[in-house]
Amino acid sequence: MHEAAPVLQEFPLLFLVPLLPLIGAVWNGVMGKTMQRRFGHAAIHLPAILLPAGSFVISLWAFLTLADAPHGTSMYNHLWTWLPVGTLQAEAAFLMDRLSGVMALVVTFVGTLIHVYSTGYMKDEPAYWRFFAYLNLFMFAMLTLVLGDNFLLMFVGWEGVGLCSYLLISFWWRDREKAVAGMKAFVVNRIGDLGFSLGVFLLFWGLLTTPASPAPAKAHGEFRHAPAAAQEAPEATLATSIAFREVEQILEDPVKRDRIVNRDILGVGLMTLVCLLLFVGATGKSAQIPLYVWLPDAMAGPTPVSALIHAATMVTAGVYMVARLHFLFTLSPVAMTVVATVGALTALFAATIGLFQYDIKKVLAYSTVSQLGFMFVAVGVGAYWVAIFHLMTHAFFKACLFLGSGSVIMGCHHEQDMRKMGGLRKLMPITAVTYFISCAAIAGFPFFSGFFSKDEILWKAFDSGNMLLPGGGVILWAVTAIAALGTSFYMFRSYYMTFSGEYRGAAAAHGHDASAVAHDPHGVAYDSAHGAVHGAPPADPHGHDSHGHHGAHLPVESPAAMTGVLAVLGGLALVGGYVGLPLLWGLPNAFEAWLEPIFAGTAERVTSAGFGHGAEWGLMGFSIIVAFGGFFAARVLYKDGRSPIPARLLASPSPLVQATHRTIFNKYYVDELYGVVFVKGSLVLSRGLAIWDTRVIDGAVNLAGTIGRGFGFLQGAIDRLFVDGMVELVAKVVEAAGAKIRRIQTGHIQAYVQGLALGALALVALAYLLAW
Amino acid sequence: MTVGLPQYLVVSGVLLALGLFTIVTRKNAVAILMGVELVLNAGLLNLVAFSRFGGGLDGQVFALFGIVLAAAEAVVALAIVLQVVRAQRSVDASKASDLKE
Amino acid sequence: MTDPVVSAMVFYALATFTLVAAGFVALSNNIVHSAFALFATLFGMAGLYAFLSADLLAIVQMLVYVGGISVLVLFAVMLTSGLDDSRHSNSTTRLAGGIAVLLAVAAAAFVAASAVPSGTESAITPMTALIGDALLGRFVLPFEVVSVVLLAALLGGVTLARGVKGGDR
Repeated sequence: MHEAAPVLQEFPLLFLVPLLPLIGAVWNGVMGKTMQRRFGHAAIHLPAILLPAGSFVISLWAFLTLADAPHGTSMYNHLWTWLPVGTLQAEAAFLMDRLSGVMALVVTFVGTLIHVYSTGYMKDEPAYWRFFAYLNLFMFAMLTLVLGDNFLLMFVGWEGVGLCSYLLISFWWRDREKAVAGMKAFVVNRIGDLGFSLGVFLLFWGLLTTPASPAPAKAHGEFRHAPAAAQEAPEATLATSIAFREVEQILEDPVKRDRIVNRDILGVGLMTLVCLLLFVGATGKSAQIPLYVWLPDAMAGPTPVSALIHAATMVTAGVYMVARLHFLFTLSPVAMTVVATVGALTALFAATIGLFQYDIKKVLAYSTVSQLGFMFVAVGVGAYWVAIFHLMTHAFFKACLFLGSGSVIMGCHHEQDMRKMGGLRKLMPITAVTYFISCAAIAGFPFFSGFFSKDEILWKAFDSGNMLLPGGGVILWAVTAIAALGTSFYMFRSYYMTFSGEYRGAAAAHGHDASAVAHDPHGVAYDSAHGAVHGAPPADPHGHDSHGHHGAHLPVESPAAMTGVLAVLGGLALVGGYVGLPLLWGLPNAFEAWLEPIFAGTAERVTSAGFGHGAEWGLMGFSIIVAFGGFFAARVLYKDGRSPIPARLLASPSPLVQATHRTIFNKYYVDELYGVVFVKGSLVLSRGLAIWDTRVIDGAVNLAGTIGRGFGFLQGAIDRLFVDGMVELVAKVVEAAGAKIRRIQTGHIQAYVQGLALGALALVALAYLLAW
Repeated sequence: MTVGLPQYLVVSGVLLALGLFTIVTRKNAVAILMGVELVLNAGLLNLVAFSRFGGGLDGQVFALFGIVLAAAEAVVALAIVLQVVRAQRSVDASKASDLKE
Repeated sequence: MTDPVVSAMVFYALATFTLVAAGFVALSNNIVHSAFALFATLFGMAGLYAFLSADLLAIVQMLVYVGGISVLVLFAVMLTSGLDDSRHSNSTTRLAGGIAVLLAVAAAAFVAASAVPSGTESAITPMTALIGDALLGRFVLPFEVVSVVLLAALLGGVTLARGVKGGDR
């Protein structure tokens, strides 16, 4: 179904969706400190929660209006023409179609919940107001990104979320390590953003310079300015628009599409280059190879931030962007293959790192990287709705996992090392139950939300006919299936290490030295392993919150604000998948049907490899086996901390085992590699340049200098005698005049007014005379 | 003997001159402020006159804004004068010359 | 105005009244006299506005300037002039410069005004409704900004007049 022009229905309240959190951010940013001192925390978090909640209500309203409207309709809210520069018309306009509607709902819903949760988690924080101001600012930026109607507005949000991410990672900036983590995130994101902006520039340039008809282009004169004129037939060039829907419409015309697809730059297809550059942006924001390194370090921020920004919303911006621009990506099979391949590799890579982490937040961070890889596999094979589906379910269960970890961390007095936890199921029952549900969801247990989305990704990858790889999607499938196995294993490993067995933190609470945990078999094992590996304490940073209070008492369940949110998210992790039931079961897939109109325009270019239902059933069964396989392995090895196998394995003298563990534990030394290649590399480069500078350039300069000196000596003589004399004369005159004139500066205002009036009149008279 | 734009401009110009004269020659700070009011009124008269003789509505609207701003100015300026009087026990503006060279 | 002669006479009467009063403001040696002369000047200005068929402005002038600002000035005069003898409360300084300014500006005004074409009066229409529309339509932004300025002036006036806490008193 091809609508010639998507119908825009005015929804005048749409701008409030991003605006309300902005108001909250400004209010708390400006007034927050005073309000907090005068009226306490409630004065901060009431507006900070109610405004995003208002956004959610308006989003929901718009969403329901959208659901009532016929297919192809979008909610639209034009505010003003932002940058009318030449032929470029950048509108400040918000657009909610079925895709951005889903995103807006997820962002506002999860965001609001996390605000509520934060009231419990941050209650001892002195800079409470600053935290909520940043969170609200983030909501504003994210909603601008999602609802923006064109590339430019999306870029504003894109940069805005990056800024907020930076601000919140280094929220406790007095801790040097956290400040550095924030900077790392910022710099790495900047590399991605550069790619994104170059991609947008290149796309715009391509559209602007591609002649729309074979005849030579007319003079630039009649560019349309109103969006309504989109269907006007032959123009000089393809387009001058940067609004998503207009670009999409242009590319729907096969003639125009062919013209731009056939363009090359340096032997690379223009569209491929555009998509790859945009994808660089996505790898930065969504933490994919090679730019994923910032996300694990980003865990230095407060845990609600990790849940909101670094798991549920911001990091999915890259996925959303690719899905939003599906009409570009489907034009380039190369780009799609790259996207899917990078996604699959990232999924596997991060999953293996996750296997051996001890910091609970690091486990979740690598799990996030891995899950984002799954989503990129989905967009890469053209299964956009599946990617968004997984994005949504992931937002629920990963937010729940992160918030659960936050609850655990708070209960354990800001301890993040899972070796010092354990036995929390009895002490924190709600946290434990929700955490387990979310683990089951992410692992892909049948009938949990993650099962439907992840299974669909695996199937779509397997069945993809778009891949340029040898063997097509089957390799992708194999890689992601291994990653899924790893996911199941390390998630349940974290569950059992944290929640089963006996609490191991009480001893540690007396002091943080290694001997305190030495009587614990795990402690011995891990410590000796580390002793062998590093000769130093574990490398993972203990992100102690600044207000840690260490007591010997046992962990207690978190306050209701936190457990309530956990319960809601846990419930959604359980049932959230039922909007996207597999068609294979003969059940209606509401989610796919909902997003179908968005991706209909490019559906014909996404092909299937033609595997039948039998294969799909088989894969589904295999997924279930994988999920339970990981679960049982983790259960056997880590339940109650009794199994000696992990300890023995780590203590094993076999060099192969040691080397593997060491490599993975140290995250494949990628940080070190980047340190050597990029940081050291640029230092070496600059040193080399310095040598070149001193030897060659300075030599030339010195030669020129010597010649110059000869002339200089000659000129110097002239200078001293004639020029200096004149200069000094001038100086003397000025000095003498100044001594006289400074008396004018009397301090009498009236004298100034007098001078001002007479001076102004003199100017008038002068102008009069000159005109005459 | 018709009354046109020039006549109003002359009135306004003389008012401006008198206002400036007041500002320059009075010692009393309050009197200086009266001079300022005269200058402002001269400007407003210009606006209204131009509005009457073909300028349209805008002149009057801006004259209105001018009046409002003049009120704000008067409040703040008189408060400052009161403070200056309090500080140096005199309304003589020429004594408030701490900013001289 | 129906009759040009009558209208001109009214104008010149108003203008003379206003300017004479303004001259008193400028020249009187008694600050209290000056203040009352200012009162009269502003009153004359209101008359001129009315004569220019700016009815709303005339009324606003009466309310704000005559009723508000000149009373404020009178208050200021009363609060400050107790310090000196009121007859010499408004003595003159740098008279030469003042006269130079006076003559130069007045001359410039005459020269400039003589170069201005007489202009045609636009038809008299009730302006108040139109101004109201303009204030809430085309000029709504300045209108709102002015309200903020007024608030700031209010607060500033109060803060200044109250004086610095712990300052000299």
